[in-house]
Amino acid sequence: MASPAPLIAPREGLAEALAKALGKDMLAHVFAVGEDSISVRREAVAGVMVQLRDDLGYQQLMEIAGVDYPNRPERFEVVYHLLSVTKNHRLRVRVSTDEATPVPTIVPVWPNAGWLEREVFDMYGVLFAGHPDLRRILTDYGFQGFPQRKDFPLTGYTELRYSEEDKRVVYEPVRLAQDFRNFDFMSPWEGADYILPGDEKAGGTGEAPGKGAPSPMTAQEVKKADEAKAAPPPTPKTTERAAQTGAGKTADKEATKKSKDGKKAKPEAAAESKPSAKAKGTSTPKAPAKAKAPAKPRSPRKPKAGGDA
Amino acid sequence: MTDSPQVKHHGSDMFEGYPVDTADTAGDQTVTNYTINFGPQHPAAHGVLRMVMELDGEIIERVDPHVGLLHRGTEKLIEYKTYLQALPYFDRLDYCSPLGMEHSYVLAIEKLLDLEVPARAQYLRVLFAELTRICNHMLNIGSHVMDVGAMTPNLWVFELREDCLNFFERMSGARMHHAWFRPGGVHQDVPEKLLVDIGEWVETRLPRLFGDAMSLVIDNRIFKQRNVDIATVSKEDALAWGFSGPMIRGSGIAWDLRKSQPYDAYAAMDFDIPVGTRGDCYDRFMVRVEEVYQSAKIIKQCLRDMPSGPFASLDRKIVPPKRGEMKQSMESLIHHFKLYTEGFHVPAGEVYVATESPKGEFGVYLVSDGTNKPYRCKIRPTAFSHLQAMDFMCKGHMLADTTAIIGAIDVVFGECDR
Repeated sequence: MASPAPLIAPREGLAEALAKALGKDMLAHVFAVGEDSISVRREAVAGVMVQLRDDLGYQQLMEIAGVDYPNRPERFEVVYHLLSVTKNHRLRVRVSTDEATPVPTIVPVWPNAGWLEREVFDMYGVLFAGHPDLRRILTDYGFQGFPQRKDFPLTGYTELRYSEEDKRVVYEPVRLAQDFRNFDFMSPWEGADYILPGDEKAGGTGEAPGKGAPSPMTAQEVKKADEAKAAPPPTPKTTERAAQTGAGKTADKEATKKSKDGKKAKPEAAAESKPSAKAKGTSTPKAPAKAKAPAKPRSPRKPKAGGDA
Repeated sequence: MTDSPQVKHHGSDMFEGYPVDTADTAGDQTVTNYTINFGPQHPAAHGVLRMVMELDGEIIERVDPHVGLLHRGTEKLIEYKTYLQALPYFDRLDYCSPLGMEHSYVLAIEKLLDLEVPARAQYLRVLFAELTRICNHMLNIGSHVMDVGAMTPNLWVFELREDCLNFFERMSGARMHHAWFRPGGVHQDVPEKLLVDIGEWVETRLPRLFGDAMSLVIDNRIFKQRNVDIATVSKEDALAWGFSGPMIRGSGIAWDLRKSQPYDAYAAMDFDIPVGTRGDCYDRFMVRVEEVYQSAKIIKQCLRDMPSGPFASLDRKIVPPKRGEMKQSMESLIHHFKLYTEGFHVPAGEVYVATESPKGEFGVYLVSDGTNKPYRCKIRPTAFSHLQAMDFMCKGHMLADTTAIIGAIDVVFGECDR
């Protein structure tokens, strides 16, 4: 492994298990940059989540992210990040949607989806069908628009200030004394999305202007190229049984006894500051970082003997 | 029998003929639920948290936390910045543990680039990430103790926090917003004397002062009465609500990303994961107390094993050259100019990288389209899931317990609201 990012071993047999459990609900399964991600049918997402939680052992929902791709027919992607604490694995689940089509809520599966879905709604305007309380969460009370959409300007539309005359906060349209600086770094040789003055006379190549990407490889290709000479993947540390979790025993029975002042007393054992258990050492030894010959900076140029004046 | 009044079961005619007094008798009071605002200007709310609470007397029936009062649109701003320009925004998320936030971000970039980081840089990052953990826990432990009524320990542990901030100042020049972790390594190497001083501090001053302060608290009767059995969270609930960090460990699940998904030099470190037994506020507090000692242990190992060598990658397409090189080499000058104007391009792809920040799992979901700016950078704050569970944690507790519960969550709004 070249980069020092968190080591997550690929989970063996995941592709077959996913195909078996989800069947036609799973549209695609991609393993890229060391991470598993699946796309699922939008209508089936709640059922898929139940299966992933109960059959495949992804106990935790860590994150729901919205992403906006304005050029796609269904412009929004809702990306769920799941974590398995027993299998020590992460899984990404994607669903795509547009402004009008709601995504089924997964609040019944994980209660913490409530706020996460509210945030996606707040930022992108993605609707979640069956959500118990789909209010805005991060933006101001009475805010209009969906700020994380790509067509929403960075500065927003309104600004607020405290008005000394009115003795209250007033909202006004944004007025910028200076334009927000947004430089275009795309080199014209690598496909800027503008035409240099005069180029239109030459007729052009007829190609649509594309995104300039000096790095022609994707992250996955870069990774594959590096892995060709890297150490074998690590074995994951998993917890199949409760005894392997490293958690302590259940609380002392003494704890439930009533003390004199009517409050529950804390047993001394639990009050000790010592950790009740230590987790076993990880079984994923980090492969020794391979010394890749770094690009040597060129030695500074030596002044000419006779001086170059 | 039909005319006997005894067989009539219900209805107003039960009291037929008797005078019924519907007015309040003296001393009776009608108790109805009422709603109060806790915050957003409340010293125990740890920032701008507004909680609409429905109370039955002093018992909490329902809590609706309103977050977002510190929303600054960080994720939107990041989409308009180059990868390096976006880095300082991470300091300003959780301003109590800035390096913990930077850590996830630089690791995400390095994962997309598949960039190798020299061993010294990895050790330096681990060393200062753990110092950040101590620094963060000092603030949380101190304020938690103060929220439930004790003043002295807070002042004592703030001494230690001050020491940490002084170390950070010597490390990066800034006390809080360091911007010191960079893609490919760290910004500058640290002076040798700083490492010596940290080693001495961890050996002598930290255990003495911290031990003193904690000896006032951990067996204190009042402190236990305020925390033991308050907001008990079972293992199942902790998993279902997406808990992480000291919150999930307080519930008895030995889950620590530094152990299970080691990054940087953590795989070489030897440390224990403290877990709670009952999942109440006291356990969460004690988990943090023990984590301070474990962090000190990691710091000692870092100082012992730290290799010499470069403090950042030598890949000049990512990491800018030294000033001295620029004076002599044209190529270095070009690299420097390109990196600080255009910045480096990150290959297209997407990653979710999470690290064990002092408050829990802090994740960055980074989508790159191959340009010099992130296409999307979603930040997974730790506090979001924890705060969401306030409702079920507070239910049935007294109003005064709220401060203990918030203190044990360890919430910072810069990170929660982004």
